[in-house]
Amino acid sequence: MSPKGSAPEKSSGAKQESKHDKQWLLSVYQEMCYYRRFEERVLQAYTQQKFAGFCHVHIGQEALCVGVQRALRDHDYMVTGYRSHTQAIAKGIPGRQVFAELFGRVTGCAKGNGGSMHMFSKDKRFLGGHGIVGGQVPLAAGVGFAINYEKKDDIVVCYIGDAATNQGQFHEALNMAATWNLPVLTIIENNRYGMGTDIKRTTSIDHLWKRALAYDMDHGQVDAMNVIKTHEFVSNVVANMRKTKRPYLLDAICYRYKGHSVSDPGLYRTKEEMTDWISKDPISQLGEYLKKNKMASDEELKALDTKGKEMAKADEAWADEQPIPPDEQAWQNVYAD
Amino acid sequence: MAILTYREALGRAMSEEMARDPKIFLMGEEVAQYNGAYKVSKGLLDKFGPERVIDSPISEGGFAGLGVGAAMVGLRPIIEMMTWNFGIQGFDQIINHAAKMLYMSAGQFSVPIVFRGPNGAAHMLAAQHSQTVEGMLHQVPGLKVVTSSCPADGYGLLKSAIRDNNPVIFLESEMMYAMKGEVPDEEHLIPLGVGSIKREGQHVTLIAWTKMVSRAMQCAEQLAAEGIECEVIDPRCLRPLDEELIFNSIRKTHRCVIIEEAYQAASVGSYISEQIHRICFDDLDAPVLRVTNEFVPMPYAENLEHLVLPEIERIIPAIKQVLYMD
Ligand SMILES: Cc1ncc(C[n+]2csc(CCOP(=O)(O)OP(=O)(O)O)c2C)c(N)n1
Ligand SMILES: [Mg+2]
Repeated sequence: MSPKGSAPEKSSGAKQESKHDKQWLLSVYQEMCYYRRFEERVLQAYTQQKFAGFCHVHIGQEALCVGVQRALRDHDYMVTGYRSHTQAIAKGIPGRQVFAELFGRVTGCAKGNGGSMHMFSKDKRFLGGHGIVGGQVPLAAGVGFAINYEKKDDIVVCYIGDAATNQGQFHEALNMAATWNLPVLTIIENNRYGMGTDIKRTTSIDHLWKRALAYDMDHGQVDAMNVIKTHEFVSNVVANMRKTKRPYLLDAICYRYKGHSVSDPGLYRTKEEMTDWISKDPISQLGEYLKKNKMASDEELKALDTKGKEMAKADEAWADEQPIPPDEQAWQNVYAD
Repeated sequence: MAILTYREALGRAMSEEMARDPKIFLMGEEVAQYNGAYKVSKGLLDKFGPERVIDSPISEGGFAGLGVGAAMVGLRPIIEMMTWNFGIQGFDQIINHAAKMLYMSAGQFSVPIVFRGPNGAAHMLAAQHSQTVEGMLHQVPGLKVVTSSCPADGYGLLKSAIRDNNPVIFLESEMMYAMKGEVPDEEHLIPLGVGSIKREGQHVTLIAWTKMVSRAMQCAEQLAAEGIECEVIDPRCLRPLDEELIFNSIRKTHRCVIIEEAYQAASVGSYISEQIHRICFDDLDAPVLRVTNEFVPMPYAENLEHLVLPEIERIIPAIKQVLYMD
C-alpha cells in the first residue's frame, strides 16, 4: 500500500463522509457500548472478588476492536495478548462464555483452564490470548505460513501492545513475515504505555510504524479513537492484503482509560493527558456524528447503551450460574492422543 | 538390513514421513540449500522443494514460534535447531507456548511439532556449545522428550515423534551422526515411551541414553573380562519414561549406576534414581550411584573437557562401588 520507506498512509483528520449506512453505524455504536459496559462489569466483579488473577480491560480502546473485526471475514484468524476479552467477543465467542471463563467455570471458552489472559476458540479461529509479551507475533507468522502453505486467502490479525514492539520475537517474526510474504496484519494497540512506562522512555523512535521500515513492510497509522476511520482504513488494508499477500504493520493510536491491570491506579499519567484523550472518546465521537447527521437522537443512543448494559448484565448472570470444572479436568489435556 | 549412518537414518525417517503426509514441513537454519549443518536433511530440498524444506533466518525464537502457530492450524512442522545450545533461544516458544497450548485452550489447540537437533558436548566446543537440555525440558508438562543411541532407534523414534500429536523434543548428538548401524529395510516405528535393553546382565544395571549408551557398553565390555555382567538399559524416551523396564531390571540385578551427560541436580537421572529408591527400595543391595558432568561450564582444553564429562575412568569405579568391590 504505502510506498516503501516513506511516511505511512494516515487516516486523515479532516471530516470525511462515511460510506456506511445508518443501520450499520447504529450497530457499531451499540457494539462499542456493549464492550464498554462489559468491561465495567468485569471490573466490578473483580472488585467484588468474584474472580482473581491478572485482569486487563479495554475501556477506551473499543473503536479498534470493532473497526477491525468488521473489516474481516469470519474465516480470518486472530491471535492476541492478555488484554483480549472484547476482541474474543468481537471474533464471535459469546460474551457469556468469556465471563464464565473469567469466573473459572467449565462452560467458559477455555473451560476454566485459561482465565482472563487466555481466551480461546478453535471454531471462531481465535488462537488465544497470550501472556508472554510479544510471544504471539511468531505464532501469527506461523498461521500466515500455514495459510500460504494451504493456498488459502485468509489473513491473520495479530494484536500487540506498543511496548511489545521492543521484544526480539516481534522483530524476528516481522522479518520472516516480510521475507516470505506471509498474510499477517500486525496491529499495534498503541495506547502509549507498557504498564507504567511511557513508551517514549523505552523506545528510540517517535512513531512505532517506523518498525516496518526495517523490514520493508507495508505500514500505516490510524486514529483508532475513531471507529469509522479505523474501519475504512483497515478494510482497505485487508482488501489489499488479500491481493498482494503482503504483511502489514498498523500503528493504531488509542488510549486506555484504566490502569494497566486492575491493581494499577495509573498514577503515572497527568489529569490533563487523561482529559484530553477522554475528550476523543470513541463512543461519544460516534454518538456526536450520528446526532449531527440526524441518524439518532439522544434517546435512541441512550437506548442502545442500555441494551449493551443489559447484555453485559445477562452475560455475568449466566456465568454466575455455571458449574466449576470437575477435579479430573486438572489432569486432562496435558498431552494430546 | 541396510547399514546406515545415524544421520542417514534420521534423514530417511524425515523423507519417508514427508512423502507420506504433505502437512509435514522442515524448517531451520541451513536445512535446505546447504543440506543441513550436519547434513541430516541432505537431499530433502531436491525431493520436496522449497515450500516444504525451508531455510530460516537465524531467529530461533521466531521460527520455533512460527512452527507452533502453523501446528495450531493444522500443519505438522519439524523445526531443526542447529544445536540445542541455540535452541535455548527458542525456549520461550517451546515452554511458554508449545507445551501449554493444549492445556490453556482446554483441548482445542494441539501442537503436533518436532523440535530436533544435536544436544550435548561434541569435542572441544567449550562452554556455549556443549550443553544438554533434557534436564530442563523433561520438567515441562506438555512436552515429550526423546533420545536415541543408534541409527535404528533414531529412525524408528523420529518417525513416531513426527506422527505424535504433541510437541516432541528430539535430541540428537554431533558425535553420533557418523555412527553406523543396521536399519531395517522395511518401515518400522518405535513407540514413544518404550525403552530398550542394550545388553543383558545379572550383576548391575547401567542406565544411559544418547551417546552415554556407548560409554556404558564399553564399561560392560571391560567388566565382562572380570566376570561382571552389566545390564545396559536405554530408556530412549525420557518423557514418557519406561519405568517398568527400569524397575524390572533393578529387581533382577539389585544394583544400579546412572550415567548422564548433565549436572547432578534436578536432572532426568536424579528423577530416575528417586523413583528406583522409592519403588524398588527393598530390591536394592546398594544405593543407586550417578555419574554426571562435573558442576562447571564446559572447558575447552581437551584434558579438562575429559575431566568434566562422564568418562569411563569415573564410571567403572562407580560400578565397582555399587558391587562393593572397591
Ligand atoms: C515477556 C514478558 N515480560 C514482561 C511481562 C509483564 N508485562 C505484562 S504486560 C506488560 C506491558 C505491556 O505493554 P504493551 O505491550 O504496551 O501492552 P498493553 O498492556 O498496553 O496493552 C508487561 C511488562 C510479560 N507478561 N511478558
Ligand atoms: Mg501499551
